[in-house]
Amino acid sequence: MTHVRINNLTKAYSGVDAPAVADMDLDIPSGRLIALLGPSGCGKTTTLKMIAGLIRPTAGDITFDGDSIVRIPPEKRGAVMVFQNYLLFPYMSVGQNVGFGLKMAGVDPKTIDQRVKEMLDLVRLPDISDRRPKQLSGGQQQRVALARALITKPRVLLLDEPLSNLDAHLRDEMRELILSVQRDLGITTIFVTHDQEEAVLLADRIAMIFDGRLQQFASPDVFYRHPASERIARFLGGVNFLPGRRQGDTVETDVGSFRFAPGGEDERPPEDGLLTIRPEQIVLGQPTAENTVQGKVVSRIFVGTYTRYRLALGSHQIEAVRSADVAGDFAEGQDVPIGFPADRVWMVRPDQAA
Amino acid sequence: MTDVTVKELAPADRGAGKRATGKVVFYATVIFMCVVLVLPVIAFFINAFAFRWFYPQLIPDEWSLQAWQRLGLLPPAGQFSIENLFAQWASVPDVVRALGLSLWIGFLVTGVSIVIGMPAARALGMYSFRGKRLIEFIIITPTIVPPIAFSLGLNINFIRWDLALEAAGINLGLSGSVLGVSIVHLVPVMPYVVLTLSGVFANYNADFEAQARTLGAGPFRTFWHVTFPAILPGLFVACLFAFLVSWSQYLLTFLIGQGRVITLPILLFSAAGSGNNAVIAALSLIFIAPAVLILLVSSRFLSGESGAVGGFGRV
Repeated sequence: MTHVRINNLTKAYSGVDAPAVADMDLDIPSGRLIALLGPSGCGKTTTLKMIAGLIRPTAGDITFDGDSIVRIPPEKRGAVMVFQNYLLFPYMSVGQNVGFGLKMAGVDPKTIDQRVKEMLDLVRLPDISDRRPKQLSGGQQQRVALARALITKPRVLLLDEPLSNLDAHLRDEMRELILSVQRDLGITTIFVTHDQEEAVLLADRIAMIFDGRLQQFASPDVFYRHPASERIARFLGGVNFLPGRRQGDTVETDVGSFRFAPGGEDERPPEDGLLTIRPEQIVLGQPTAENTVQGKVVSRIFVGTYTRYRLALGSHQIEAVRSADVAGDFAEGQDVPIGFPADRVWMVRPDQAA
Repeated sequence: MTDVTVKELAPADRGAGKRATGKVVFYATVIFMCVVLVLPVIAFFINAFAFRWFYPQLIPDEWSLQAWQRLGLLPPAGQFSIENLFAQWASVPDVVRALGLSLWIGFLVTGVSIVIGMPAARALGMYSFRGKRLIEFIIITPTIVPPIAFSLGLNINFIRWDLALEAAGINLGLSGSVLGVSIVHLVPVMPYVVLTLSGVFANYNADFEAQARTLGAGPFRTFWHVTFPAILPGLFVACLFAFLVSWSQYLLTFLIGQGRVITLPILLFSAAGSGNNAVIAALSLIFIAPAVLILLVSSRFLSGESGAVGGFGRV
């Protein structure tokens, strides 16, 4: 149970203009499972390695339970990292791999054997202690790597892209395993991923990172309901953006004005920005509903469990998805009422670049 | 860590012809290697134990151990007894002394070259940086430049430094000493060590070290438990090269040693001048023995399967 705090953490490389990580602030309460989410090269792995002690920060501080650890070498931090490609030592048996941490800690061989057995049981791989890593499948290697990391009862567990090298059904299995083990042991866990789905499925809270900067740190549902910026919304699959001006709880756009439900205190939408709504939240064909405007179907793709529409709305085009369960269909060229439920629309600040 | 197997796919219709040609080339190579490499060694064996071996004898008429007696390794003819043999060896024959010195210099040069070469090889194998090509070129220059060119110049400098240091009251004695000879042996040895080890490190994944560190291993134990086993095969090959290159140095030992550092090649060359074929053959056998021994022991490291590369790439 370790409370991890990151203050103004910065990593700059000489000869490179933009820092890899800039002024990162994160407060991770003990026992939580946190995702660092962002596109590749955004600095999330650099942040993880700084926590592990493998990269020295240029500025800023990292504390475990209030004690700064940036000057402590990696082997004494109690933060164990599991790399993306597992890195099981190839010339050691599975048992020796799992027991490595305890051997380094000077634990006697008998206790190590016993603990190795416990850990392999925990990751549901009993009786493979004598095998070589080469003889294991990718999923098994991943679980052995997890067992090896957990055997020393680390204060902080760091996972680099824990699911990305696994195929679909192994992912589900591994996700369940990580969740249950993390809950059981209560280890503060930080993992890095570029896959928003992975982050949403695993994490208590997600730290969204672009260009080395923390963009938003919130629980997964907040990211979907109230993204902070157009870029975040787009990263999470948002496609509908209408420029507008907010006055109180109403947004004026050139296709009409929309009311929306304000968020909490710390989620203050900008005055000038983009109105956004996820495609699956749009209500079609209910002319009397609130926030409804008239549009036209441009194209229609039937995907099976749902139908995807492209809609013309004034000079804009937006996308809507309608579940196959909902009755009614709209042909191309047909006029259709488009509803934006007030608790589903949100204002985001536009991209600087756009 | 994926293994890529390259398979040659020959068109079926031309496959048979190609295979036949391949066989001819293979056997021609084997025969050529035998003639060049194995026959001379057989001739050494015959010569070393022959009394006289002249044309047109296919094998000598008379055998003798005179060469070994002359080298002082066996007691004189007719006086063979265990006590005499011990007495002979106790006086340390020149050959034994030279053999010991060659081994000592060989091990010293090997050890030092590995210690110096490993960091360089690691940098060259794992990172790209400005001036890397230039440094690689400089490192292999000793294999291009004739040894006599730099060793003459080096000897002059060694003598100068010796004199300068003597004037300052320090008697280092680089010229004509084992120390000086060992230092000079490093020049032809380093390219082999650095190139072999940089191949190892090019195939090496330093993340394994990071992994060991986060699991609680300090820098030294990380090297011992992770780095060392990973580079061991390549390290072995590099040691082998280093030792054999040092072992076979004649010119550098001769010039820098100034006749005072008598290694096996020095003895062999002076014997070659004397014209006694049996002694030359006996010395040559002693000279090639370590190389053959090492090769036999290490053949599994040198095979294509394990590769001289090691690292983590293949495991």
